[in-house]
Amino acid sequence: MTTATMNTTHDHDHDHGPQKGWRRWLYSTNHKDIGTMYLIFALIMLFLGGASAMAIRAELMYPGLQLLEPDLYNNIVTNHALVMIFGAVMPAAAGLANWMIPLMIGAPDMALPRMNNLSFWILPAAALMLILSFVVPFFPGGGSQINTGWTLYPPLSIKVGMSMDFLIFTVHLLGISSVLASINIIVTIFNMRAPGMTLWNMPIFVWTWLVTAFLLILIVPVLAGGVTMLLFDRHFGTSFFDAAGGGDPVLFQHLFWFFGHPEVYVLLLPSIGVLSQVIPAFSRKPLFGYKSMIGAMILLASIGMVVWAHHQYTIGMSSAAVNYFMIGTILISIPVGLMKFNFIATMWRGSMTFEAPMLFAISIVIMFVFGGLTGVMLAIVPADMQYHDSMFVVAHFHYVLLPGAVMALFAGVLYWLPKWTGNMYSQKLAGWFFWTSLIGFNGTFFVQHFLGLAGMPRRIVDYSIQFAEFNYISSISAFIYGLSHLIFLYLIIQTIRGKGTTKAEDRSWDGARGLEWEVASPAPFHTWESAPKIDKEGQLVK
Amino acid sequence: MSLTAKLFSVILATLTMTTTAFAEYGLNFPTPATDIGQEIYDVHMFTMWVATILLVIIFAVIFYSILVHRKSKGFEADQNFHKTWFGNWSWVLVPVMVLGVDFYIAGEAQGVLDKFWNAPKQSCTREGADKDHCFDMNVKVIGHQWWWEYEFPEHGVNFNGKFYPVKVESRALDADKTSKENYLRDVDNRLVLPTDTTIRYLNTSVDVLHAWWVPELGFKRDAIPGYIMETWATIEKEGVFRGQCAELCGTWHAKMPIVVEAVSKAEFNKWIAAEKAKLLAKLKEANSAKDWTKDELMAKGEKVYNTMCAGCHQVNGLGLGAAFPALKDSPVATGPAAGHIDIVLNGKKTMPAWKQLSDIDLAAVITYERNAWGNNASVVKPAEVKAAR
Repeated sequence: MTTATMNTTHDHDHDHGPQKGWRRWLYSTNHKDIGTMYLIFALIMLFLGGASAMAIRAELMYPGLQLLEPDLYNNIVTNHALVMIFGAVMPAAAGLANWMIPLMIGAPDMALPRMNNLSFWILPAAALMLILSFVVPFFPGGGSQINTGWTLYPPLSIKVGMSMDFLIFTVHLLGISSVLASINIIVTIFNMRAPGMTLWNMPIFVWTWLVTAFLLILIVPVLAGGVTMLLFDRHFGTSFFDAAGGGDPVLFQHLFWFFGHPEVYVLLLPSIGVLSQVIPAFSRKPLFGYKSMIGAMILLASIGMVVWAHHQYTIGMSSAAVNYFMIGTILISIPVGLMKFNFIATMWRGSMTFEAPMLFAISIVIMFVFGGLTGVMLAIVPADMQYHDSMFVVAHFHYVLLPGAVMALFAGVLYWLPKWTGNMYSQKLAGWFFWTSLIGFNGTFFVQHFLGLAGMPRRIVDYSIQFAEFNYISSISAFIYGLSHLIFLYLIIQTIRGKGTTKAEDRSWDGARGLEWEVASPAPFHTWESAPKIDKEGQLVK
Repeated sequence: MSLTAKLFSVILATLTMTTTAFAEYGLNFPTPATDIGQEIYDVHMFTMWVATILLVIIFAVIFYSILVHRKSKGFEADQNFHKTWFGNWSWVLVPVMVLGVDFYIAGEAQGVLDKFWNAPKQSCTREGADKDHCFDMNVKVIGHQWWWEYEFPEHGVNFNGKFYPVKVESRALDADKTSKENYLRDVDNRLVLPTDTTIRYLNTSVDVLHAWWVPELGFKRDAIPGYIMETWATIEKEGVFRGQCAELCGTWHAKMPIVVEAVSKAEFNKWIAAEKAKLLAKLKEANSAKDWTKDELMAKGEKVYNTMCAGCHQVNGLGLGAAFPALKDSPVATGPAAGHIDIVLNGKKTMPAWKQLSDIDLAAVITYERNAWGNNASVVKPAEVKAAR
């Protein structure tokens, strides 16, 4: 009897392959599968957000109202921001974290695999809720559309119909997902590193996510609190933000930007991590200033937490307050300058080759420096009295966020795609994607600086004819930029299917260093089941 | 001519051509018309030049590296570059250099900031006022969904002791004026301001956030309900300056233009006198016991409607989407007069309250709404509106 039971008992030595069919994905606790789901979700959202950007540029192509009613336009503007930030960039960065952190630190999986599953599967629900907030006004009794922009400033947001409630709950769900993912990442990094891997030889990408996760845990609850107060103002007669009831409309702006400004660094830091992997690999020498990089990112996160009000210079703060926020904001140029300096110094005297991830990385450094410098201009309070809420701001933050976050994620995907799929994509196709998107991006946003200076406010559905030419150039370039992503989509599908690609080597790029390149390509379902040994440089002891 | 020289001349020619071609499109701020605007403009130009110089230096280093330090040219990577003296100390050098530039910029900006931020608190006419730091007059700028209201407290005070609107601007109504020169940047009543006068602007709002922005004046300021924001400037040259609302304020955010007409002091006084005369006539009309006929009310009402209401409910009364219902055949506009008056006076959800209009204007516009576009309901007299307040 005992023997019989023994024979039928589960044998723990064999390899658990993935479950079959939909169960593999719905029940998944595997960091690679969850990472893949995050990335696919982000890709879908990227195209949704991209489509809304195309709609915005199509409306702005000519003066006059052609395609969109003003409220629909504002609704699309709101959704474009939320979808891109919460739907595309953050999940994509979380996807990279899921895939790469365990591989890079020599861990078999994330520390909390079931929570990992939860934090992903909250996202589709949140996305559904977000889409509902967009479409509900088109049904009878659905109320008015969200015409506030993603900043949701009251009193305007209090007047919006039930869509705003959907949006508030979307923000709650997204916040829960982010906090859970952040906890998981912190626990993984602190507890699951392979023997010999200390905090001081761990890959910078892992470091950036460690800082990002702490930032998220600090700021997301503040946003959740802010929107909950909004919900109470809307339905339960509180007047947190209503001057007539003794409240303060500006309070919401402080709460929002206390979250909103560090959020920018949440979007940027993982991408800094990606660049810190990509640039050394293709320069064929170690990252310049490993420790100063870590110091800079901690400094960036710390200063970033306390300069939020530079988004609201025009609300009439005290002279002392604006002086503080101005100087604090300018000081951000120190850590950012140091990071960019380190990237350039890594390239300096390197032996560079220019594969697609490196092309993106170099262009990101160049464009981010440009966006950073317009950021310094915007930080200057008197000058911001003119720039504020103009197209200059739109140009600035797209120059920071598109290269700094989105394109860097592309660089990361193109860098690790051979590891994930086992196939090496064609550099020619990736080159096409790079050049079309580069030209499209700069054509779209560079001219918007001029529009802003000449006096065109942001978030307007229609504009005076003096702005017509630059808007036309901007729209045409935006269509090129938008279409270029179809090349990216084609490239990814092609690489996953393995048609027209070559077999990727385990070390897919000859200059790439790090544990992730020591496992097979494609990475097997389970990796580092027994902990590897790591030397002082953070490399595998063979 | 060598190839390089040819190429260079072609580039130069293209550059000059594009510069002339784009000159009229405005690549920079318009020339400021105020003292403070000029100082802000100078700070802007200063930071822009610092940024441009930094950009050129950084680009030069990056492009040099891209061109020289490449594998295809056989350049061997210097594996110990980060261990050199430079590598060990750059984390100090770079921040110190950046900090220097930062403080240089901040120092330039601070003087302007302090001046701009400390608006004078006292009128120059007041005894003992600091003559170097006082204002000659106030202009109160009030944001509405979706127009601007302006008040001149000093000039109106002898009327009834209260603030009153001198000018109400409205948006362009026709959707089909895109080819017009000042499409979306024209108003029915301009804000007339005197030159060489220190003016303090007081910005506020009655509904949602707005921002009053005329680039030539050199600044923008948010209009926030419950707040009164101060800014000050002296207009130094005459002219017409156009701007618009800069803070998203709902559906017709794009249609909140501002037109400032700067004139000499003498001309401004003439204009104020004319405005006062108009107001007086209005007051007389409002206090007269005149019995308004339906036709008179309809004619007046159409005017009020097209300025105040048509932006949302449309000139044809058909409304726009769920937020702005049609008035033609609407249960409110064809139902009992009391309900109609209540909604116009006190507002409802998106619909703002219109208490600030006179009884006659309200009676006229309500009568118009009840009898235009085929509606056929009662006439509302000014006395009924007065009773409902």
